[in-house]
Amino acid sequence: MSTVRLENVAKQFGTTAVVRNVSLEIAEGELVALLGPSGSGKTTLLRLIAGFEAVNSGRILLDGDDVTARSALERRCGMVFQHYALFPHLTVGENVAYGLARERLDRGAREARVTEVLALVDLAGFEDRAVTALSGGQQQRVALARALAPRPRVLLLDEPLSNLDPSLRERTRRELRDLLHRTGITSILVTHEQEEAFDLADRVVVLHLGHLEQIGTPEVLYSAPATPFVASFVGRASALPATVTTDGVVTAAGARWQVAANGHTGAAVLLVRPEGVRFAANGPITGTVVRRRFAGAVVYCTLALADGNEIEVAAAAADAAVGDTVRAVPAGGAAFLFAEPGR
Amino acid sequence: MRRTVAWLLLLVLAWLVVEPLVLVAVDAVRIDGMWTLAAVRTFLTEPNEWRAAFNSAWLAMASVVLGCTLGVALGVFTRLADFPGRRVVAALLTLPAVLPPLVGVVAFLFLYGESGVIARLVMLLTHSDTPPWRFEGAAAVLLIHVTTMYVYSYLLVRGALATFDPALLEAATALGATRWRALRTIVLPLLRPAIGNGALLTALSSLASFSAPYVFGGGFRVLPTQLVSTRLNGDIGIAMVETLALVVLSLTALLLASRLSGVGTRGAGKGLAPRPGRSRGPRRLIFGTIAWLVTFWLLLPHLSLLAFSLARPGAWVKTVLPTAWTLQNYTVLVTDPERWRPFGTSLWMATLAALAAAGVALAVAVAARDGRERLSRWLEGGLALPWAVPGTVYAIALATMFSVVQPAAGRFILIGTLWLLPLAYLVRSLPIVGRALVAAIRGLDPALDEAAASLGAGPWRAFVTVTLPLLGPALAGATALAFVTGLGDFMTSVILYTYDTRPVSLEILGAIRDGDLGVAAAYGVALTVLSSGAFLLAERGRRLA
Repeated sequence: MSTVRLENVAKQFGTTAVVRNVSLEIAEGELVALLGPSGSGKTTLLRLIAGFEAVNSGRILLDGDDVTARSALERRCGMVFQHYALFPHLTVGENVAYGLARERLDRGAREARVTEVLALVDLAGFEDRAVTALSGGQQQRVALARALAPRPRVLLLDEPLSNLDPSLRERTRRELRDLLHRTGITSILVTHEQEEAFDLADRVVVLHLGHLEQIGTPEVLYSAPATPFVASFVGRASALPATVTTDGVVTAAGARWQVAANGHTGAAVLLVRPEGVRFAANGPITGTVVRRRFAGAVVYCTLALADGNEIEVAAAAADAAVGDTVRAVPAGGAAFLFAEPGR
Repeated sequence: MRRTVAWLLLLVLAWLVVEPLVLVAVDAVRIDGMWTLAAVRTFLTEPNEWRAAFNSAWLAMASVVLGCTLGVALGVFTRLADFPGRRVVAALLTLPAVLPPLVGVVAFLFLYGESGVIARLVMLLTHSDTPPWRFEGAAAVLLIHVTTMYVYSYLLVRGALATFDPALLEAATALGATRWRALRTIVLPLLRPAIGNGALLTALSSLASFSAPYVFGGGFRVLPTQLVSTRLNGDIGIAMVETLALVVLSLTALLLASRLSGVGTRGAGKGLAPRPGRSRGPRRLIFGTIAWLVTFWLLLPHLSLLAFSLARPGAWVKTVLPTAWTLQNYTVLVTDPERWRPFGTSLWMATLAALAAAGVALAVAVAARDGRERLSRWLEGGLALPWAVPGTVYAIALATMFSVVQPAAGRFILIGTLWLLPLAYLVRSLPIVGRALVAAIRGLDPALDEAAASLGAGPWRAFVTVTLPLLGPALAGATALAFVTGLGDFMTSVILYTYDTRPVSLEILGAIRDGDLGVAAAYGVALTVLSSGAFLLAERGRRLA
């Protein structure tokens, strides 16, 4: 078990900066998810920690130990690869035992460890199976067992669930979460799926274009996004141009919003979650329903406003049909004010 | 309709590919119209005969062991080790693949031969007037085999590593494996199919190898040279038994190789070649020195060939390198009609054979498109058969086949005419062209044909407007390969040529016999340039597509 600390880590490929000055501290036994769209640098960051890529600047510390200059071999992070990278010519048992060679265990102890980790991932008795004959979910668990067998300091998981079909994904996610909590290992997980990150991680790191946008618990990311990107990437949000008076009165889409001005004045951007607006017969916001997206208990209606902007409203199923002209009102909360981009 | 065409094609292949071999087998046990095992008995009891078979077998094994070791080592090294000029070395090492076989062999004469560069160097250093060695016998042949045939394993291993999932290596590293352990436990086991194919190609080439033992064998006889001399002596029956013995050895190699197949190298990853490991300072320098030295050594024969072609006759007597340079050897090729004629002959014969082979192979590939049909498998087998049978054997088989008039059996007199050599080149290149086209056509999405049909294109229009353009690059590449095979061919030509159809390879041999080493070298260089040109054109076609 150990802590992971990144200090101003930067990486560029050629002239393209992929990771920009990321600093981050992960506590012992914590499970952290690196969340971002493709191209956000999350996989590169993971590979920098593993030692498969060398940083251009910054430091990486495992357990307070500066490993920046060390090779992947010396760092010995456990890694679960996106496509698992199981050795196709070795059996399940041989794959799991591969990382135990350096420990100079006698044969009995090695076999015992293999049996133990396979039992941990619920694959007891699979030692002699060919890895190519396993289902996707089973392969994923073999990859996990193989990474855990040498008791690594840190476990790194590169989109571990992306290779599974959706019906399997949720169950596997649950199993993965239970397993990681049981072993108590410090883990870093890369994913582009917000639901996966929220469900698995203690804390989530949101990355965008190589920048660390925000780090926090899922609740904090949702209720107090630090940047417009986090607000719109984590959960849904509509962006509206807003004006802020010197007294801190925020106006957007013809309505006043109960939101802290945070010192902004003049033009700004307001990001509003669907639950931050509701239909109201005499509301100050007027728009035409252009899209409806049914999501069970609620229906998300997108209103086109007179000024060309759109706003999404969470409504009850019977509230409006496409083409209706409706009125709405800020519901209070679930709206965030940011400086106008470029200012 | 389609099935009728397929059956017709099968008949063509049976006539061109199978019947000649059957006639050889029959001739082995039927002498002067009588069925007899006399020739087989002679072959089995005569120590000389045995020795040739034994020599062929151990030479093949030694070539496989040494050639594959060299090829695999270079393939892995140029992909996974980091040193200055890695890409250049990797490209240079493929050069022996474009050398026509006889040229590749003759080049060794200029380096290791009695008046070659190395011998001169030794003479100069020891102040001796006599050459230190005769470059002859088993060791000479083996050296040539190893330094030319490594290229099969080299190319196959590099190809396999190009699609090797880099995550597999990273996984091994993350699990604490050193580079050496990862190489031993992950890379090499996964390269097994590539290494097996390389071993098979090396074994078949060594068994079929004619140029090297013919030029440098001396008293060292192997089956291909033995059967040619037996045939010249008029012992047709024994020559046929020797031919069969060679076929049996080749089939044994095929059988052994088929057991070597294993798991492929393709992981589920993005299919990027693994990047070479980062090495710094002295290690990088040592790697680089080794790589460049080995490359230099492997290319030295060809550099000597080039040097000889540019040496002024008489200006290279006592020195290691020529003292005066000239283009005279090349101007002779162009200005002397007798020297120029073999070029024209080789060119038209190789072109005709390549086009015809491409046509036959394309028709067969289209007919055999559905690999699950039994008829398709037969067609494929017919295309592939000449691959397993040494070229010398085919030459003799075709000579036998086309020396009698028996229209019912499809036999005519072609021996002594202009047409036998192109036909032989065609048969020899069928497997190469066929494999490429069958693979290419099976790689096409069948939905494309269905799409064309749904848009109102008949089968012919769909073929011409969709299938053929998509096959273009493969077709160009395969035709170029067939052209190069015919252009440089020696082992078939030496058996089937007439004075009027003597190709460049025989002219090279003649020039060496006459002592015109400079002209022989110039022929060799010119042939190499032509072959490389054909390869480059095909490669360019592939890129444009």
